[in-house]
Amino acid sequence: MPQYKVYQPATYRPRMSPYWFFDRWPYLKFMIRETSSVFAAYWAVVMLAQIRSIRHGAWAYARFEHWLSNPLIIILNAVALLFVAFHAVTWFMLVPRVFVRQMTGSGAIPDELAAAPNFGAWIVASIVVGLFLVGAI
Amino acid sequence: METSSTNAQSGAIGILDETIVLEIARFHPEKDTEPSYDSFEVPLRSDWMVLDALNYVKDHLDGSLAYRWSCRMGICGSCGMMVNGVPRLTCETLLTSVAPGPVRIGPLDHFTVVKDLVIEMDEFMGKLQKVRPWIVRKDNYQPKREFIQTPAQLEVFKQYSLCINCMLCYAACPVFGLDPSFTGPAALALAERYNLDSRDQGAAERTDILSQHDGIWDCTVIGECSEVCPKHVDPSMAIQQYKIDATKDWFKTWLMPWGNK
Ligand code: SF4
Ligand code: FES
Repeated sequence: MPQYKVYQPATYRPRMSPYWFFDRWPYLKFMIRETSSVFAAYWAVVMLAQIRSIRHGAWAYARFEHWLSNPLIIILNAVALLFVAFHAVTWFMLVPRVFVRQMTGSGAIPDELAAAPNFGAWIVASIVVGLFLVGAI
Repeated sequence: METSSTNAQSGAIGILDETIVLEIARFHPEKDTEPSYDSFEVPLRSDWMVLDALNYVKDHLDGSLAYRWSCRMGICGSCGMMVNGVPRLTCETLLTSVAPGPVRIGPLDHFTVVKDLVIEMDEFMGKLQKVRPWIVRKDNYQPKREFIQTPAQLEVFKQYSLCINCMLCYAACPVFGLDPSFTGPAALALAERYNLDSRDQGAAERTDILSQHDGIWDCTVIGECSEVCPKHVDPSMAIQQYKIDATKDWFKTWLMPWGNK
């Protein structure tokens, strides 16, 4: 008489590589998005330091500006800007996933349209800041 | 299997006079400790899906190849495999779309492999059950006639009800890969499908289960589940919506502890 097993116990359970995020671009993009929050936090700290130096008067602010003009800090800030911009874009693109149904009750809006208001607000805010910088406001 | 002979009878249609190499994952549970890849050369035909090529291998080259399929029309959800590293329904993936090859075909990522391309599904079925995917009534309501639902009320959850349980979203989810106890995209979308159903009163009960460890909060919004879903269920959206609803309910229970959940 042949002996049958109820189920086959010898299975293979795959294990994920610790470097799984290099397997596909969407996963790497996710990791970059998450890492970029460190730069977003750095950006906030720089801004707080700036406000603090303003509070401490002209001499403190000059010292802060001197620190900002250090080439290493300029490079760091340029890299941080790239990451923060990436952070903003990826989060804006999540809006269709997160808020559309809350607002409409169903997911009938195209993703691009759902993300558009944030991009619009970003462009307007950038123009206002730009006008400040060139002294037009 | 009749696929290839039927096609052969239909004359030159779809025949490209070319071949394509498939590298197929093989795992024999009684001999192997881990999978390896076997190469097979199959005809490249413009009217073939990857599943047709697998059927050709099984019919003509190696009858011991194990894989699941049934409907050949993207409905049964059983033919999901990794095609060149991406979870796909093989009955909906044109062979020419992955040409010139070689094409790597493996079992769905993150699942236990039973044989070759066949994965263990019990784990997934348990997750579906866990979310209580049925109409829950608090009032022991015995309807005397049908429960009327307007098209607008149906529209609210319809998208989440289109899931065919193909598990592609699990194979695309690194959170599930890293922590197999994660309830996962399809099951959470199914929970939200019932939460949003106007006839259901089980949202609080489900949230008690799904706001625990392994539930909605394990999702880190990678979003690939929605990208690979062949039925546009958008499980990522369902989970984020669930998180927002659960947060609102949590605040409500703090602000109005006397309120009926
Ligand atoms: S949600 Fe989509 S990908 Fe996931 S099991 Fe359902 S149909 Fe398949
Ligand atoms: S065979 Fe049924 S979905 Fe592919």
